[in-house]
Amino acid sequence: MSVATDRRTDLKYRVGLNLRAVVGRSYPRIVGANREPSWIFFEAFLPLLGIAAYVFIYQFFGLQATAAILGNPPMCGDHVCASVAEQNQYLAAVNANTNALIASVVLGGTMVAFWLNVLWSMASQLYWEKEIGNLQLYMMAPMNRMALLGGMAVGGMVMTSMRAVSTLVAGIFVFGVIFQVANPLLLLAVFFAPLIALYGLGMMFASLYLLWGREAWNLSALMEEPIFFSSGFYFPLGGLFRIPGWGPAVAIAGSFIPASIGLDALRQLTLGSTAFGGSLWIFNVTTELEILVGMAVLFLILARYCLAYLETLAKREGKLTSRHQ
Amino acid sequence: MSYAVETRDLTRVFSGKKKRWWRRKPTPDEEESLGPVTALDGVSLQIREGELFGLLGPNGAGKTTLIKILATLLLPTSGQALVAGHDVTKDPFPIRQRINMVSGGETSGYGLLTARENIWMFSQFYGVPSKVSKARIDELMHIFGLWDKRDAKVRMLSTGQRQKMNMIRGFVTGPDILFLDEPTLGLDVNAARVIREYVMNWVRGQAGKTVLLTSHYMAEADQMCDRIAIIDKGRILACDTPANLKRMIRTETTFQLEVDTIRDTTSFMGLQGVKNFSHKDDISKNRSHLTFILEDEGPVAEILSSITSQGAKVHSLQKSEPTLEDVFISMVGRGLD
Repeated sequence: MSVATDRRTDLKYRVGLNLRAVVGRSYPRIVGANREPSWIFFEAFLPLLGIAAYVFIYQFFGLQATAAILGNPPMCGDHVCASVAEQNQYLAAVNANTNALIASVVLGGTMVAFWLNVLWSMASQLYWEKEIGNLQLYMMAPMNRMALLGGMAVGGMVMTSMRAVSTLVAGIFVFGVIFQVANPLLLLAVFFAPLIALYGLGMMFASLYLLWGREAWNLSALMEEPIFFSSGFYFPLGGLFRIPGWGPAVAIAGSFIPASIGLDALRQLTLGSTAFGGSLWIFNVTTELEILVGMAVLFLILARYCLAYLETLAKREGKLTSRHQ
Repeated sequence: MSYAVETRDLTRVFSGKKKRWWRRKPTPDEEESLGPVTALDGVSLQIREGELFGLLGPNGAGKTTLIKILATLLLPTSGQALVAGHDVTKDPFPIRQRINMVSGGETSGYGLLTARENIWMFSQFYGVPSKVSKARIDELMHIFGLWDKRDAKVRMLSTGQRQKMNMIRGFVTGPDILFLDEPTLGLDVNAARVIREYVMNWVRGQAGKTVLLTSHYMAEADQMCDRIAIIDKGRILACDTPANLKRMIRTETTFQLEVDTIRDTTSFMGLQGVKNFSHKDDISKNRSHLTFILEDEGPVAEILSSITSQGAKVHSLQKSEPTLEDVFISMVGRGLD
């Protein structure tokens, strides 16, 4: 008869175990990462410079359009303004569009923070865990492997939220962006759905990156700048759809990244669906939310299977979880 | 009899590197090293509950492979391994609840977290309630002499302090079976002593706790282990208590010589009555230390004449009681170094 401790295996125990694991793994990201004050410079200040470049370009276009309307003769589009009322109408439209473009950039900047975190931190995390010798300790623990990835994702989301919030605050106070939120609950849903989908994608990448090793860095580099463009981080993605020829193909490819559809929905909810004349949106918000929920479920399931495959491979070949192998 | 660990005819073969068309054609020597490697070859072991069991073997003998299979990190190619009565292949969850592993020279954890936070984090993966975990960490930190460093970031800890932290990580989850893979590797005498004493007290001071220890240090294994298995090239060569293992070669005679550095040692094995032989060079002193396991004292004269014929001087000659190292040399045919 064994005198070793009896261990619980019931559902309540397992839920508790995995919740603790999520909290435990998110801790180093949330607490540890903020111990380095340099993050304020790298994570909050530097990204603002990138956003500022786009903001100044859009402000310049807005000022040019305003100058034309207020010029002599006052131009309303391609014709001379027929009346002061038409002139004012055009001025209001230019101001609204400029604000909408700058707000799009600011919202894009917040989403860029999450995308970069998914790409460079979440996706490559298991590879780093292997290199520092943590991975085999994780794989030996009784927690569910998804709890490990879940902890990384929660930690990444919370940590990145600080950068995202600082971008948003700077957008409002420095660049004078005005948001109009009519449906806060829907906005929350539209904010979290792409985040869950995005981190689900990152969880899936984490297993694949571990499998591919160093080659994965090239993939990350490949997916950075091109996706800034094809996902419409700094402009409404609908604009790409309207470019004849290659535009729709690039926009459709970019739409596979959940941030693209998520940003489109966020912009509709914070700028009003009539912004940009209502002509630059991909789908309506409800459809986009449905797509995002579908993506979140799909990526989480795929992440689960990729990790299970990776664990089986690691146990069979004995290479993936040990350092330098 | 209840076994904490039981393996039956356990075999693990690593398939080796796959040939790829873009890789350079390997030389014949490389070709050999690319092929499949048998890390474990029909290992059958029983480790009793409450036992401190040692596994001794040279590098590449299969010790770590065996521990990884028992820790559910690796699948056996054939055979069966049971830990706490559960099959490592079919039922890993209850095993993972009951085990933990600490390896020497481990660099796990996050440098930005403190020692205390790191250990707490790992305890969460085993579902240990935070309050319980923190109390255990504080107690273990006092025992291991790490209390002063509890709030130091891990990257600021010395190798010894870091290994103590790893040991605490192993114990904090309250395992029934602990795998220690060279836990005192590279540690100073004091740090190693603290770890050894705690491990022995942990196993002997409470019922149902088992340790499987691999070590390069023969004296450590001799001092700590209830039973020891000697493993080489994936096979268990002997398994018994340290005293019985030493008794096995008591019919043999062990001689240790310190001589001027000699170049040709091949002739010794050809001498009648020499069962095994190992040698270590001390280049700084221009000396060689030779250990001979002899059937009787007969070949001593021939050995001395073989040494002097090479122009080397014999500085000391000592007949010794068999140690675990002698047992090892007798069975494996070489020392651990």
